[in-house]
Amino acid sequence: MRSGYVLKLLENGERIDGRKLDQFRDIKVETDIVQRAEGSARVKIGKTDVIVGVKTEIGQPFADMPNMGILKTGAEFTPIASPDFESGPPGEDATELARVVDRGIRESDCIDLEKLCIKEGEKAWEIYVDVHIINHDGNLIDASTLAAVAALKKTKIPKLEDDKIIRDKFEKKLPLLHTPITVTVGKIFDKFIVDPLKEEEDVFDSKLSAAVMEDGKICALQKSGENGLSLEDINNMIDLAVKKSKEIRKLL
Amino acid sequence: MTETRDIVIPGEILGDLKEKKSGYGTFSEDEKIISKFLGIPKDSSGFLSVVPLSGVYIPRRQDKIIGFIISIEKVGWIVDINSPWSAFLSLSEAVDEFVDFKRTDIRRFYDTGDIIYAQVSDVRGSDVQLSMKTPIARKLRDGVTIKITPSKVPRLIGKEGSMINTIKEKTKTIIRVGQNGVVWISGEKVNKAIRAIKLIEEKSHIIGLTDEITKLLSD
Amino acid sequence: MGMKTDEKLIVKGKRLDGRKPDEIREIEMKVGVIPNANGSAQVRFGNTIAIAGVYGPRPLFPKHRQESDRAIIQCRYNMAPFSVEERVRPGPSRRAVEISKVTRLALEPALFLKDYPEMVVDVYIEILQADGSTRVTGINAASLALADAGVPMKDLVVALSGGKIDDTIIIDLCGKEDNYSEADIPIAFLPRKKEITLLQMDGQLTPQEIKDILKNILKTGETVYKKQKEVLKKKYEK
Repeated sequence: MRSGYVLKLLENGERIDGRKLDQFRDIKVETDIVQRAEGSARVKIGKTDVIVGVKTEIGQPFADMPNMGILKTGAEFTPIASPDFESGPPGEDATELARVVDRGIRESDCIDLEKLCIKEGEKAWEIYVDVHIINHDGNLIDASTLAAVAALKKTKIPKLEDDKIIRDKFEKKLPLLHTPITVTVGKIFDKFIVDPLKEEEDVFDSKLSAAVMEDGKICALQKSGENGLSLEDINNMIDLAVKKSKEIRKLL
Repeated sequence: MTETRDIVIPGEILGDLKEKKSGYGTFSEDEKIISKFLGIPKDSSGFLSVVPLSGVYIPRRQDKIIGFIISIEKVGWIVDINSPWSAFLSLSEAVDEFVDFKRTDIRRFYDTGDIIYAQVSDVRGSDVQLSMKTPIARKLRDGVTIKITPSKVPRLIGKEGSMINTIKEKTKTIIRVGQNGVVWISGEKVNKAIRAIKLIEEKSHIIGLTDEITKLLSD
Repeated sequence: MGMKTDEKLIVKGKRLDGRKPDEIREIEMKVGVIPNANGSAQVRFGNTIAIAGVYGPRPLFPKHRQESDRAIIQCRYNMAPFSVEERVRPGPSRRAVEISKVTRLALEPALFLKDYPEMVVDVYIEILQADGSTRVTGINAASLALADAGVPMKDLVVALSGGKIDDTIIIDLCGKEDNYSEADIPIAFLPRKKEITLLQMDGQLTPQEIKDILKNILKTGETVYKKQKEVLKKKYEK
């Protein structure tokens, strides 16, 4: 087990793959990879590999938001992605990931849900964002959010004929308003680290994931990990996340 | 208004490492001694400690406990010691004579439901071993058992046994107190003794408890 | 979050329920409310009521889940079906699963788990009535229940929510405020060292606004800590 070695390096401000503490791995973004989905993207950050598929359905709007479309986000930690993942329904980590990705999209008003209303109170478009982990080598939240947003950007709304969805004919692109980018910062000893490898995540004290909008505003925060953070730590981690989000945004 | 001894909460600062040492129920951080429990702080021989007001029994070597035989194995018995851990009493630690366990039904020594007064001989992780090879160890026959919070046992016993002896005298009972919070009573006024013990459990932190107990026992 | 309203939520410096921006709702706390549990507590913030029960430390099964050098903590946050306006179907929702996880991570740093190898401390939180900020109310109750159970702790855990409404920072969001607020930030912290163990946020805020809200919550949280301290000590005064 290399965890002792990983820790030793981090104490000195070094990482096992030679990166700087605030350096992301190589990121590859591919879109339109799944024909049957209305939108899709595959993001690789180093060896972490995530596919997001977007499907559209017709559903009933929520009673308290009768003129808005609906967003539903799910995530699956499939066993092929890691020896740590078991088959079966989503566990707490997969559930948390789905909700954190959802928060980034929802709270940033990424999708113009009002434009997805078909008939007020009765019919609206449902946007299903499904995250599928293909290989887990750390930083799933950032990879999943990036893949989700990349997929949404390419998503097309199918044509509606007599209330039936014609899946191979497209009406228009999914109307988007904002682009959230999520950056997760980890803390170990007194060091802040961006884009952790799985081996690094296993030895971390704590992590903070921040979803950042184009104007530098933050629309979602999630602290995870087994230790506490001081207010100063949090302030520094937020600032670092905002700074790095600008780099990542260029990839979209 | 009854006067209470000071009660401290987890995280409360009790003193300075420069002046005192950290005892049971406390930990040290940044040169300060801090309480781990909701309990009563004590200062003795330069050690600051906290007696928790509640909590499960954690067996320690040499503890004298009262246990209940719950199952019979080939070479010994499993004993409920009022703790998240159950304990094992091996045949060799229970009986002096040589016993051929292949031919003997060891239930003739201890059977399920029997109550024993024994000593904790070893604790390793969650493995707790008992021994009857000490003069005080015996099977407790008849009598009644009640449970109190283990951390209140010292209060029940009192300084040099003063409290428990008073109860025994006034109620004409034999009482054995296990450090694991199990108390065994047998004799004349068993119910009165139980009432006194329950009062100590409830009010262990109140100053003037001794007087209240004396009053209860004199009625 | 994100619901829009034309209603002004702060009028003349007073919130919907008459509170000042940094005023916490009426707090009621009790410990020892569940006799069967090793420790328990009930906490009320305004109309939000949470009850927490702690069982343990106790043996953990199956054996492969045991940690040889420490106890583990398991946490279950659950909303009673009658706790909200529209009946909630019993059973864990994805929201409850996530809240259970973050609650566990909020409490764990406060506990001395190394004192109980191979054991488990089970924390159950039931929301009896929901009017905003349920997860922080649950954490406050769980912290009291753990102390009541005699689980050794480094500090109590204090939890409180903050947000922004009509450009004003507010503390302790009630249900309606939660729905209409520009942001909702629940946090939990260990009061002695101000170590933050839970931090979530949804809404839209600048980094500076977030920092200001956090600072404010840490300060106002002292009131909650004082109440927790009082109720624990009061249990033993008769």
